Amino acid sequence: MKSWLPFTWIAATRFLREGRMQTMFIISGIAIGVGVIVFMSALLTGLQANWIKRVLTSQPQIQLIPPDQIARPLRLGESVVELSTVQRPSQRVVSIDQWQKIRDRMLAMPEVTGVSPTMAGSALAVRGAASRSISISGVDPATYFKIVRVPDYIVAGVARLTNQDIIVGTQLAVDLGAVVGDKLNLRAATGVSVVLTITGIIDLGSKGANERVAYVALRTAQSLMGVVGGVTTIDITIRDIYAAETLAQQIQASNYVQADSWIATNAQFFTAVQAQNTSNTMIRVFVALSVAFGIAAVLVVSVIQRSRDIGILRAMGSSRRQVLLVFLIQGGLLGFVGALVGAGVGTVGIIYLHATLHEADGSELFPIILERSMYISTILLATLTGVLAAAAPALRAASLDPVEAIRG
Amino acid sequence: MAEELLRLEHVCKFYNQGTPSEVEVLHDINLALNKGEFLALIGPSGSGKSTMLNIIGLLDRPTSGALIIKGQDTSDLNDTAVTGLRAHTIGFVFQDHHLISAFTALENVEMPMLVERGFRGADITAHAQELMKKVGLEAVQNNMAANMSGGQQQRVAIARALAMNPSLVLADEPTGNLDTKSADSVFELMREVNHELGTSFLIVTHNLDLARRCDRVIEVVDGRLVR
Ligand SMILES: Nc1ncnc2c1ncn2[C@@H]1O[C@H](COP(=O)(O)OP(=O)(O)O)[C@@H](O)[C@H]1O
Ligand SMILES: [Mg+2]
Repeated sequence: MKSWLPFTWIAATRFLREGRMQTMFIISGIAIGVGVIVFMSALLTGLQANWIKRVLTSQPQIQLIPPDQIARPLRLGESVVELSTVQRPSQRVVSIDQWQKIRDRMLAMPEVTGVSPTMAGSALAVRGAASRSISISGVDPATYFKIVRVPDYIVAGVARLTNQDIIVGTQLAVDLGAVVGDKLNLRAATGVSVVLTITGIIDLGSKGANERVAYVALRTAQSLMGVVGGVTTIDITIRDIYAAETLAQQIQASNYVQADSWIATNAQFFTAVQAQNTSNTMIRVFVALSVAFGIAAVLVVSVIQRSRDIGILRAMGSSRRQVLLVFLIQGGLLGFVGALVGAGVGTVGIIYLHATLHEADGSELFPIILERSMYISTILLATLTGVLAAAAPALRAASLDPVEAIRG
Repeated sequence: MAEELLRLEHVCKFYNQGTPSEVEVLHDINLALNKGEFLALIGPSGSGKSTMLNIIGLLDRPTSGALIIKGQDTSDLNDTAVTGLRAHTIGFVFQDHHLISAFTALENVEMPMLVERGFRGADITAHAQELMKKVGLEAVQNNMAANMSGGQQQRVAIARALAMNPSLVLADEPTGNLDTKSADSVFELMREVNHELGTSFLIVTHNLDLARRCDRVIEVVDGRLVR
């Protein structure tokens, strides 16, 4: 017994130690519950962070495109619709009006970290007898590669884009039987055609994208699409990725463009994240409840078993408050120690899972994220749960009549 | 003329008052106990001896009548004041030892002081060790209480009862569960403490031989003092 330890603390730890079996069982129970929480939290945080990282290094956070040009129904009179079939304008490539001015305005915004104008369109890639319809992105590599990390996805060749260069997806290269250094003939709907050299092959992680993706220099795309000096989109990265939607709405309100944020584009992802977080919270609540009932049950029995000890303590001058504390401390300690063990077990579990699971190519499936705040909040929550669960048994112990308690 | 330690005045005790199972356990008890006195309380089982001890020990309150300790009427004291007065005035020795099994013998002796101060201290340990020596158990003072013989446990209980230097030790059948030899030595220990420290003792016993060796014997029958 350390001299600075309060009597209530000493008594609480001694009682727990004497009731070794009960203590071990309840701590194991708490540890399992907390282990599940730690495991789930680390898994979800890792998966979500991984997903967000992928999204943010492969797409801009806000994309500006020309405002939707929907033809309005022709009306002859009051609420009489004469021509009810409305068709969108034909597939001609539309440039953003005065895009240089908008780009400069975007660059002037403090929240914006990168701006890159792009010319997108489609073309036919021909090599020998093979031909494929592809999506062309004409970009300025200096600014665009900061938004979409094309160099990171290179699997062959280099990420170089002069006016005669093209970077293609892996599947497209396979379909066309092309390798780095081969020449491709590109033909656009405008009738323009160019011959480009493959400088790099990229893998974007999805077969659909790898079949169609092709990056060329902005000028090359502009001449292919027949819109010299025009751009179809302006890609933007910003400081606070979660402010994307608000910022997009601001931009749209003050410029003649349509602004799509990554949040709106990936609405499904956010719904999924919400659902995951809700179920994680539910698991936490139910684990906390079962931990609470477990601790309460153990302490209720302990109060009955120790009623004589409590009577002696009271006869020797302990106050009701001291007796109350002795049992509250036991509850808190059970929660705390159980949570510590559980956090250790959960961490070992997630590290083990992480070490065993891999992508097909052997690379890591997702990063594990063990946030200190998650540990602290979980352990605090478990300790608090323990103290609260101990309240009823502790009050019962404190209200014992010493005469009755001693009589047994 | 001996100095009075405490006095029971017209003490009555009812259990389950106002219910059909109401019983009067103590009836108009008047008793004075002097400082340094060594008193035996005898009487048949169920006559109210433990009830009387609990009332004198401030563990229970009389239904009517008063307990006056060192001239102070305890009737109006609240729970906290009673707990404090009890801790400083009275030590308890019970029949079934009633040591706390989660602690060592020495720690059990420290307990009343620990409870009072809230923290441990070298002075507390030193005092407890001194008491363990007095009861002849310094060699086994660090044994767990549960691992000691009945006679040893009762000696520890006496040491614990003395921890706060009480004026009075109440012992409810302290030798009731001991063999004759142990009973005799436990009784002698109490007598010794009584002589050495001047502590008053009130001992409930069925052993008339021991009772005869006390300063005074009082007898309760059916809740009334008969001598
Ligand atoms: N809490 C109680 N409720 C009802 N009756 C009680 C209670 N405590 C003691 N009694 C009764 O009071 C009487 C005296 O008990 P007690 O003081 O323990 O006697 P003794 O110690 O002399 O054997 C007994 O008849 C006992 O059954
Ligand atoms: Mg009795």
